[in-house]
This record gives sequence, C-alpha cells and structure tokens, in this order.
Amino acid sequence: MATGRKEKKDTGSLGYKKTASGKSYLLLMIKRNWALYLFILPAFLYFLIFAYVPMYGVQIAFKDFVATKGFLGSAWAAPFYKHFKTFFSSVNFFGILKNTLGLSVYYILASFPASIILALMINEVKHTHFKKLVQNFTYIPYFISTVVLVGIIQLFFSSTGMVNQIGALFGLEKTMFLMRDGWFDDLYVWSGVWQSTGYGAIIYIAALAGVSPELHEAATIDGATRIQRIIHVNLPAIMPTIVVMLIMTVGNIMNLSFEKVLLMQTEGNIGVSEVISTYVYKLGIQKAQYSLSSAVGLFNNVINLALLFTVNKICRSISDSSLW
Amino acid sequence: MALSNRSKRPGVCERMVVKMAVKETKKDRIFNIVNYSILGLILVITIYPLWFIVIASLSNPDLINTGKVWFLPKDISFIGYTSLMNDKSILRGYINTILYTFFGTLLNLVVTLLAAYSLSRRDFVGRKFFTLMFLFTMFFSGGLIPTFITVKNLGLYDNPLVMIILGATSMTNIIISRTFFETNIPKELWDAASIDGCGNVRFFFRIVLPLSTAIVAVMALFFAVTHWNGYFVAMIYIRNSDYKPLQIVMRDILLKSQFNAELLQQGGDTAGLMQEELRAAEQIKYALIVVASLPVMLVYPFVQKYFVKGVTVGAVKG
Repeated sequence: MATGRKEKKDTGSLGYKKTASGKSYLLLMIKRNWALYLFILPAFLYFLIFAYVPMYGVQIAFKDFVATKGFLGSAWAAPFYKHFKTFFSSVNFFGILKNTLGLSVYYILASFPASIILALMINEVKHTHFKKLVQNFTYIPYFISTVVLVGIIQLFFSSTGMVNQIGALFGLEKTMFLMRDGWFDDLYVWSGVWQSTGYGAIIYIAALAGVSPELHEAATIDGATRIQRIIHVNLPAIMPTIVVMLIMTVGNIMNLSFEKVLLMQTEGNIGVSEVISTYVYKLGIQKAQYSLSSAVGLFNNVINLALLFTVNKICRSISDSSLW
Repeated sequence: MALSNRSKRPGVCERMVVKMAVKETKKDRIFNIVNYSILGLILVITIYPLWFIVIASLSNPDLINTGKVWFLPKDISFIGYTSLMNDKSILRGYINTILYTFFGTLLNLVVTLLAAYSLSRRDFVGRKFFTLMFLFTMFFSGGLIPTFITVKNLGLYDNPLVMIILGATSMTNIIISRTFFETNIPKELWDAASIDGCGNVRFFFRIVLPLSTAIVAVMALFFAVTHWNGYFVAMIYIRNSDYKPLQIVMRDILLKSQFNAELLQQGGDTAGLMQEELRAAEQIKYALIVVASLPVMLVYPFVQKYFVKGVTVGAVKG
C-alpha cells in the first residue's frame, strides 16, 4: 500500500510538467506545500527589497537624481550617458582603473596559487596530528576582522614595530612602510595572503581527499616520483575545483576588499590606493553625488559580470568544468 | 570482498608497490623533511603575529618598542586592559556588537534555513524561479548608492535595526544549507512523514532541524563572525555614536590616531606628555585587538569540527 502510493508520487513529482493533467497536479502540489512558500517568503522579500529595488534604482546612473523625486520621478540626464562621460573623461579615471586592476590582479596571482599549494602540501603529510594541526591553525586568521587586520599591519609595520625590529636583527635599516606608497600594494596583498590562504585551502584539501589511492599506486608502478605524482595525479584530480574557483575569483576582479583598502588609505598613499569602490564611496556617500557615483558603480558591476561570462565561456571551451 | 582477497594472497602489483615504496624511502624522506619544514614555517608565520599581540598587550610598551619582547610577556602590566574597562565608548560598542550579533544571527538563521529547506525540496513548485532570482543577486547588484538610497527611504538610516536586517541572508549560504538538506535529508523521510499526516512545518522543526545540527552550527558561526567583524554597514548607515558597534569604535582608536603617531615618532622631539600618552595608546591598541577577537577565537574550537564540513558541502554543487 505504502509503496504503491510512493511510486505514484515519484512519477508525479518528476514529470508533472509533461502530463496532460499536469495543471491540476501542479495546483495540488502548491496547495499541499503551502508552508514551503511561507518558509521562503522572508528570503524572497529580503532579496526583493534589498537587491532588486536597488537594481531598479540603478537607473539613476542615467538620470539627474533628486532625492525628493525618487528613482522614477527624477528627470533623465541629457544626454543619458552624461555621468559616464564625466567619469571617463575625469583626470582620475585611468589612475583609478589602473589601481583597481593592478591591485586585484596582483592579489589573485599571489593568493590563488597559494591556497592550492598549501592544500597539496598538507595532503602529503602522513602524520594525522601534524596534518590536523596545520590545517586547523592556518585558517584562524580568516576569523580576524578587517579593522583588526589593518590595525595589526599598522602596529607591526610602524617605525618601531616588530618588522623593523626583526630587520634590525639582520642589520637592515628602518623602513617607513606605512609612509611610502610603494609598500601599499605589497602590504595589502601579502596580509591578504596571510589571512585567507588557509581558508582557501580547505576546499582543495576536501577535493584531494577524494583522489583514488589506486591512481597513485598505478603511477608509482610506472615509476613516478612523489613530485610527479602530485603534478600528474593530484593536480588534475582537483582541476575542476580549481577552474570553478578561478571563474568565481575573476568574476569578482573589480570587487577588491573595499573595507580593507579604505582602512589602509592614508593621505600619503592615496595615489596608489584609490580604487573604484572607494571612489564611489567618497563621491556618493561623502559628497552626495548620487547619480555620478551610481554610474561609476554600474560600470564596475558590468565589467565584473562581463568578465564572469567571458571566463566561464573560455573555461567551458578548453576544459569540461565551468560554472554553468 | 576485494579487500579480503588482497590480504589473502598479494598479487604481483602489490609486491611491486611494496618494493617501490622501500626503494623510494630516501627520496621520500628528503621530500618529507622539506615539506614538513615549510609547513612548520607557515604555521609559525600564521600563529606568531597573533601570539605576539597577546604578549604585547601584557608587556611594558617600552620593552616592546625597543625589541625586547619576543616570546613571552615581560614586565607584565594590565594597564591596557584596565584603560579599556574605563572607556565608555568601547564598553558601549561591545554591548552593541553583542546585541547586533545575537539578534542578527538569529534572523540570519531563520531566513536562510527556511529558504534553503524549501529550495531543497524537489516537489516545491517554483523552485527554479526562486533559485534563479536569488542566484542573480550573487553576480549583479544595484551597487552601493542605489542600495544606500533604498535603505534611507525605508527609514533605516542611522537606525540600529539596519545592523540586524541588512545582510539577513545571502545566496551563498542558502546554497550551502540547501545542499546539506539535499544530501542529508532523504526524500523518503518526507514521503513517509507526509503519509503519516505530518505537515511541512512540523516536519521541518521536528525532523529536519534535529538532523541538521552540523549545518545550523556552521551557519551560526558564519553569520555570527560576519556580524561580529562587520564594520561596513555601520560605517555607511550609522551616525549616532550610541549605536556604533565595536569595530567602528576600534577603527577610531586603532587607525585614526596612527598617522599622527607615526608623524610624532618621526619628529622625535615631542613633549613628554605626548610620549606618555602615545605609550599608553600602544598598549591599549594591543589589548583592544585581543578583547575584540577573543570571543570569536573562543567559540572557534567548538564549531571547528563542523566548520570544514560546512565550507566543503556547499562547494560540491556551486
């Protein structure tokens, strides 16, 4: 009796869209699962209000926004691309774009391989205790807040800070890391690597755990050394994960850690530390130039989206794995 | 079956593997030594800065600035911590952060887990629509300014509620939870329960939730850490200093004074009083970092075992 009913339901839930009596079945399912709609309602409302209303509001990038008139009531800018033109032709444009891309690419080049290498190394450890120790301790910095991280950077790299003291042990002269804009990139990137490599490695370690030992046995019989096995067995095995992570990373290339850049900004390094997101913040929130800063933000998001699609397409054509 | 076969009579392959393994021990040993040393070094680089902050918060600042404190606190003093206690803004910030974290996480869990459960059900009509609608928010957003205007229009500007409501859920976390439900709650369970007359609400709270402590723990950790560490929302939307969370108060103390301090130190000949203040300020900074990070670090060991599971479960199906 029970199994009979179950089977009937199975075929129904799989093929309800195709059957001739589909509609009534659909209604039945909706009626029976009314609670699921109640469950999803808060998330639906949240995304509607805090994601889709602002998306609708992005039209102010093409308008002259007046707060009292709202998104819809404000008049269109003349020409409609006025704010984009202002941004593209401003003296800051190339500098900001260069800073954004430069910092982002530098960070990806440093941090992306770091997580993979750490995972491969941890995977080779045979002592369970040491393995656990390294794995669990390397992702602790991930839980530190950005404010604390930047605070630590400033304490350690100040003229009397720890780094200069270690340098002094080796007879190096004091370096004013925080005062010179040449160090901004390096501090930003390597503090990020310090904070997130262990966390980033988790996913690869999990993928590596799924590599079949038989592959390793076969490779060993064929005379592969350990390094060769890492490169020719482990690395290809986690390649799909790597590709997906890469697409996600590149799709976010313009979204630098806004908080961190802003916190690390000083009058001294503004020339290299002004990126699109901090520029939008200053223009929009501090100077209340809503339309212009929305245009800059939209430019940023469109580039991200375009990159995501491009990289996904490239990955799909050269390898089997892609985001969709 | 295959295993027992193997143990009975090792085949040619097995014997060769053993032979190879023996032959490779020397190379293996070198590899291991190098690998272990590098990992050891990484471990030190990761942990030492954190340890240094702890000992620096307890040591005489003069000894720190002259490079005499390395592994253990010296000339122990609690001035940093006692000054923190007396600072009203820090105390206020701490209480605010606790409130935001508690209620914020609660809201996060309700919104996220309920939505994730609905999306995990294959017989949920409209599942595809909701998934796509939510998924799109991961890749495109209106941006800072339109969001800012929306929040302002809702009357949430400079309203402590914004700290709880904004970021109530995210598709990433919904996906992670959804995948967990899909893989850990067998479809047959719902079939059986519904035949017995159990509704969705009762099923979720009586059966699904008790079976999902791991994902609840992970989500609670994720969200709580985000609330605890977050400063972005407060920076944009909170002006009243009574509502400021700890991170904002901390930023003002840690970073605002830094540039000046650096200039003072460079100048060298500052008034004695300024130097004195500066020294106490350093101590306070270290102590503040410890106090602000401690709660997260204390919770961490308890949730740690679920944590890895949580990160990886969502990755299976991006």
